[in-house]
Amino acid sequence: MSDWKTICRVDDIPRLGARRVTRRSGGDIAVFRTADDKVFALLDKCPHKGGPLSQGIVFGESVACPLHNWTIGLVDGCAAAPDVGCARRFSVRVEGGAVALDLAELMHPSTDADPGSARRSGGNDAAAASVDAPAKAAA
Amino acid sequence: MKKMKLVMVGNGMAGVRTLEELLKIAPDLYDITVFGAEPHPNYNRILLSPVLAGEQTLADIVLNPVEWYAGQGITLHLGKKVVDVRRSSRVAVADDGTEAPYDRLLVATGSNPFIPPLPGKDLDGVIAYRDIADTNAMIETAKTHKHAVVIGGGLLGLEAANGLMLRGMSVTVVHLMPWLMERQLDEVAGKMLQKSLESRGLAFRIGAQTEALLGDESGRVRAVRFKGGSEEPADLVVMAAGIRPNTALAEQIGLHCSRGIVVNDTMQTITDGRIYAVGECAAHRGIAYGLVAPLFEQAKVCATHLAEFGIGRYLGSQTSTKLKVTGIDLFSAGDFSGGGDTEEIVLSDPYNSVYKKLVVKGDKLIGACLYGDTVDGSWYFDMVREGKDIASIRDHLMFGQQHLGDTGHAGNSRASAMPDSAEVCGCNGVRKGTIVKAIREQGLFTLDEVRKCTKASGSCGSCTGLVEQILMATAGAGYTAAPKLKPVCGCTDANHQQVRDAIREQHLLTIASVYEQLDWRTPNGCASCRPAINYYLISTWPHEALDDPQSRFINERAHANIQKNGTFSVVPRMWAGETNSSELRRIADVVDKYKIPTVKVTGGQRIDLLGVKKEDLTAVWHDLGMPSGHAYGKTLRTVKTCVGSEWCRFGTQDSTTMGKELERALWRMVAPHKVKLAVSGCPRNCAESGIKDVGVIGVDSGWEIYVAGNGGIKTDVAQFFCKVKTHAEVLEYSAAFLQLYREEGWYLERTVHYVGRVGLDHVKAKVVDDAANRALLAERLRFALDGLPDPWFEHDKARIDVRQFEPIAV
Repeated sequence: MSDWKTICRVDDIPRLGARRVTRRSGGDIAVFRTADDKVFALLDKCPHKGGPLSQGIVFGESVACPLHNWTIGLVDGCAAAPDVGCARRFSVRVEGGAVALDLAELMHPSTDADPGSARRSGGNDAAAASVDAPAKAAA
Repeated sequence: MKKMKLVMVGNGMAGVRTLEELLKIAPDLYDITVFGAEPHPNYNRILLSPVLAGEQTLADIVLNPVEWYAGQGITLHLGKKVVDVRRSSRVAVADDGTEAPYDRLLVATGSNPFIPPLPGKDLDGVIAYRDIADTNAMIETAKTHKHAVVIGGGLLGLEAANGLMLRGMSVTVVHLMPWLMERQLDEVAGKMLQKSLESRGLAFRIGAQTEALLGDESGRVRAVRFKGGSEEPADLVVMAAGIRPNTALAEQIGLHCSRGIVVNDTMQTITDGRIYAVGECAAHRGIAYGLVAPLFEQAKVCATHLAEFGIGRYLGSQTSTKLKVTGIDLFSAGDFSGGGDTEEIVLSDPYNSVYKKLVVKGDKLIGACLYGDTVDGSWYFDMVREGKDIASIRDHLMFGQQHLGDTGHAGNSRASAMPDSAEVCGCNGVRKGTIVKAIREQGLFTLDEVRKCTKASGSCGSCTGLVEQILMATAGAGYTAAPKLKPVCGCTDANHQQVRDAIREQHLLTIASVYEQLDWRTPNGCASCRPAINYYLISTWPHEALDDPQSRFINERAHANIQKNGTFSVVPRMWAGETNSSELRRIADVVDKYKIPTVKVTGGQRIDLLGVKKEDLTAVWHDLGMPSGHAYGKTLRTVKTCVGSEWCRFGTQDSTTMGKELERALWRMVAPHKVKLAVSGCPRNCAESGIKDVGVIGVDSGWEIYVAGNGGIKTDVAQFFCKVKTHAEVLEYSAAFLQLYREEGWYLERTVHYVGRVGLDHVKAKVVDDAANRALLAERLRFALDGLPDPWFEHDKARIDVRQFEPIAV
């Protein structure tokens, strides 16, 4: 069985909004809350150009990246077509209003789920394929 | 009731236009039969030149395809020439024996090219330029022969010469008169035209009189001989020496003809009331017209009489000529020759190939001749026609309509400055207002659609550029986007206007109620529609509808601008760009304390602190102790000012104080998009008021207000709005304009696009002309802004979720 780390209560996250979770290992996590109080967690880094997804507009079970408006699915972390790329997902457990993340995943060093897969379909934005190295210097 | 029979002889533009007008008003009155000598349906004869030049094909210029006739129930006889009309028994007879009885006969036989009676005119290779067959003959000849001579330096001749040259022939134009197109141009313009055409490779023999056409032994033309004996080699001779009304049939059947078939004001022949004549074959009050516009006027009158409405008289036309000769714009109207007791205002710029001559008599403009730049042609023509007193604008007359009420900026779109009543398409008599209305109401967004709906630019095409400008000005820069029809986003079929209307009419106060009332397809919208709906709610119902921060873009939620690395920038407000030592000291301290990497002066006369961490934002605001600059929102941004009369030796008005008053009155104002103002203290305009949403320019006697400028992706120069005297008036007019924009604008629509969509006339009517409404608008804005918090200091009141600034640490 996994170990779970309680990070906040559901009510600490605004509905149709997100909170940002900082980790000592680097690589922030965005924790989202939908209109019907479902909670999802993704690496706070858009697969396109690394935009902080926690700052985006949440709608349905998606978030729009604040930098270039890519739509990222909260369930799988993947960009909606025509964009291609996925943000790493984190497991979330909600019990009695408390939000918990999987400790093992939390401790795992920050890596993007699928580096290199982020690109516009049609190949007109090849530069986007290079994903910035995570900003770990502070850790 | 048995239908009457209408037979039309001739199948050209004037005749078919008459049928179109008739079918519009009396679709079931007649059984219609049409005889056309050519084997083609009605086509646009004016566009034969582009066909010859290879720019268009025959299929492109067909106006009414054969299916149109069938659809209207018209019996069409193509390739059959009517050779007799038995007026006593009322039957028309064609050359193949086809007979058609009539109750009304419409003669629209057009004109024939005038062939000078020269020896050799019947040789092979000598043709006229009148119809599709001639055009095809020229195209074929150009494939196998080298030398062409065009006799006649009028419009038709020059177009033929240009087309043949483009098809590879060496072409000489022979013109008897002292300069080209002497009936449309004065000597200067005629010679400029010649020079320009010579530089493209055409050769000219001006003032040369043709004596004979010489043939070879096979009977084909080989040269043209002139008076005096010189010769010009030619294996194709095109006769373009003018046209004559085609009255052969009319004369044969006993209709009175004198320079055309003589008709009265109802277009009935004076000989036989059952027989009408329209177009180039008809002579009305002694004039047979050869231009499209009068012919279409005749068609309209004739149609109302055929429909038995008995209204409408044709009283003759004052004509202007607007032409495009081989890509060069020409315009003339009225008495453009001048002389006698007239005066001439002349602008001549040979380097840029622009020449304009205005002929003035007393205080009236009586004629104009324009070469190169003809945009103001219809404006001048209106003045000539209406006999307008021009004394007060005489100084500016030459610089065109755009120049009036403008401190000297050349506008990029003259179309937007035209009044709705100005005629755009002279051929079809279409005014700007008609086009704008059609674009708006029918959601048109291409030139073709505008042509189809309004006929503007559908005949000679010389106003095409102007129609395109109107299209752009009306539908906005993104004029291919069909703004009327486009839904807000994929979540709904409703468009922005429908959403605005529903919110107002049903007094909706929450996003959820909008989604429910308008059957949104998604439970809580998307990142496109939620910010739009949120704006519509709070702008329509201020102090009633609550702002929803989660439906705002991050910048408006965090009250700072997100940067590419996820940090933010902070721009404190400096009223009208003015600051002082203590503010600067505090800014310096904040920069040091929070290790802000970049400090930059903005284009809006403020200071931008870039690279602030989100968790530092509230403390940065607090330490700055300056109001929010709202540099992050769809809000009033800055009021840029010049130094003004307080310091500047040129300043005529105190622009800085005016700017501060405006900024203090308008800050915190949300809008469909960002809003930028500027105030300049004199027409030198150092604050760049010409590219602002509201630009104010001080002049000696007060202030000029300009609206709907934009320095963005596409620079749009602000349009003159009004001139006022006092600070209070500047404040009221600006507030009223911006409130109208707030109430009617669509989300993310800048003022330039808003004004382009609704029309400057509309905005002026609501704000400038209607003082009571202006006061109400300004009052509504005051009410909306009253008591709004500064989000940097009153977080609760501004509904800021401050938890966003604290990350959760694990």
